[in-house]
Amino acid sequence: MNTFKAGFSDFLASGAAVLAGLFVGLIVLFFTNASQAIPAFLTILTSGFSSLRNFGDVLYFATPIIMTGLSVGFAYKTGLFNIGATGQFTFGAFAAIYVGVEFQFLPPAIRIITALVAAMLCGALWAAIPGLLKAYRNVHEVISCIMSNYIGMFLVNWLILNTIFDPFRAQTAVVPASSNMPRWGMNYIFTDGIIASSVNSGIIVALAAAVIIHIVLNKTKFGFELKAAGFNKDAAKYAGIAQNRNIVLSMMISGALAGLGGALLYLSGAGISMNVANVLAAEGFTGISVAFLALGSPIGIIFTGMLIAYLHLGGFTMQLFGFVPEIIEIVISVIIYFSAFSLLMKIYLTRLAKKRAKEKEEVV
Amino acid sequence: MIFFIMQQTMFFFIPLLIVALGGMFSERSGIVNIALEGIMVMGAFTSILFISTFQHMMPGQTTLLLGLLIAMATGVFVACFHAYACINLNANQTISGIAINIFAPAFAIYTARIVGQTQQVFFAPQMFLISSVPILGEIPIIGPSFFQGAYITTYIGIGVLVVSWFVLYKTRFGLRLRSCGEHPQAADSVGINVYRIRWAAVLISGALAGMGGLVLIVPTSIAFNATVSGYGFLAIAVLIFGQWKPLRIILAAFFFGLMQAITASHTVIGFLRDIAIPAHFYHMTPYIATLVLLAFTSKRSAAPRALGQPYEKGLR
Repeated sequence: MNTFKAGFSDFLASGAAVLAGLFVGLIVLFFTNASQAIPAFLTILTSGFSSLRNFGDVLYFATPIIMTGLSVGFAYKTGLFNIGATGQFTFGAFAAIYVGVEFQFLPPAIRIITALVAAMLCGALWAAIPGLLKAYRNVHEVISCIMSNYIGMFLVNWLILNTIFDPFRAQTAVVPASSNMPRWGMNYIFTDGIIASSVNSGIIVALAAAVIIHIVLNKTKFGFELKAAGFNKDAAKYAGIAQNRNIVLSMMISGALAGLGGALLYLSGAGISMNVANVLAAEGFTGISVAFLALGSPIGIIFTGMLIAYLHLGGFTMQLFGFVPEIIEIVISVIIYFSAFSLLMKIYLTRLAKKRAKEKEEVV
Repeated sequence: MIFFIMQQTMFFFIPLLIVALGGMFSERSGIVNIALEGIMVMGAFTSILFISTFQHMMPGQTTLLLGLLIAMATGVFVACFHAYACINLNANQTISGIAINIFAPAFAIYTARIVGQTQQVFFAPQMFLISSVPILGEIPIIGPSFFQGAYITTYIGIGVLVVSWFVLYKTRFGLRLRSCGEHPQAADSVGINVYRIRWAAVLISGALAGMGGLVLIVPTSIAFNATVSGYGFLAIAVLIFGQWKPLRIILAAFFFGLMQAITASHTVIGFLRDIAIPAHFYHMTPYIATLVLLAFTSKRSAAPRALGQPYEKGLR
């Protein structure tokens, strides 16, 4: 009952932040072009639900950012700030594309599973570096993650150029259709009759990952130990928890989740490839927003991931009215800014609830 | 050749130094400022918008100085949001910073496209170049390294360093600021207004980060494209690497600046060109070197003790 109530006040606090963000978005729209503001705003609100194809696209956009969100959220619950999800994501993406393109001697089903496992391993190994540095050399994970993001970006660019580079498109080679995540009939459901959405079984993997992380964190001794170390490391040490090992494991699990996100994006069959550019992958940073908006809760991350994806799709559609899609980023930043106060709102809501309960008692 | 590398180094060293010092003020008072990147973007954006509009009506150096003031004012304005969230509302300091980092480039692109149809804001940086400082530029060795082909921003950066060191260690305000970052309750108990000191610190850090944004863009590009390429995050690395102390921050920033300069110009350095290491590895070098150095120096971290903890009056 209590956890339900706590979850509800979290939800209310996040909901208030979302409303604030949308309100600022509306003001910006009015400021830009008052005559088109209302239709554009309605488009943001409704386009994700306007057709099954669009809803499928929301799920498709949500898949990688749910994974990076889980990555950041899991680390956050264990007391680590994994700002390195973007590097781990990039490594996972590279590994998955490499297996998808080069391992064609494997039968498709085994090849896809190999690609996903390779992506998780690469993500985990890349995250192990900041983990080890934190555990054994006391290097703050934020700085080592920032460093490893840039190292990873340049290293992956170099790896792509020397392995799976397609010089004609200046991108990674096309992943053969048989290496992509199966659609499982979703292209028949999520379609507007002409064009099917790119949604695929990746979203199922992401949902399953969220549930597994929820169970590991909340229902297992292992998860309890990880959380305890994050909550109070001295107490955890006193209780005999192997703290250094746990830091490394936390980072590796977190990295594996981000790496899997990279695999799910580039094996989606939507025809996207990795560019060789000196730009950090945006999905990793979006994952930070997704995770913090959900206060790190794995189940909450499913919804915040979909919310951010929904807004992005709305922003994309809104361009029809001549608006710049960056307005959505402004909306998201305001949502995150207000979610930073969620603790304050939660305290306020709890006080309000207590006051109400007290008043009731007095009446009785 | 050496002189060329020194000039290049200055272009990266000075902005990193200014922004890292800005971060130092905030963090020494106990407020994490991961928003440096976003504040740099905002500062660079407003000031370059100003410069690109007015630079042909005023002398070069005047425009640049006014631009710096605008960048600082913008930085202070943006930092207000961070300060209010972190100090008055006890918000999560990291999340507030991330929000600003997402907001800044989006706002810059949005505004640039409203104002000038394109995402980029062009300007003419050659107006600001000082080919040789009178008298000082004539000195052998030192002249070509520091006083030729330079920007006025370089000397302002040095000025910021001296003033920052002085303020932090030689003034009452600096002592109070440091005490707020170490033990705010103790500071409060002797009558220091923790909230006011922290506000001042965050606003200073905003001013310096905003300025750093412009200082980075002017010598290294001809257009602002809504990004400072992660230099705000690098400045945080410099800050931690420099152990939150101004004199060590110089060394850290110089190291990064030199590495970036070598990366940017390795194709013109004879012996490096002959080895023919792929450019990607030069790009990685500063980051790898930082990790290695940190691995050996972080056992005893000098982070301010109350860093990241919201201060609540009455909490023991």
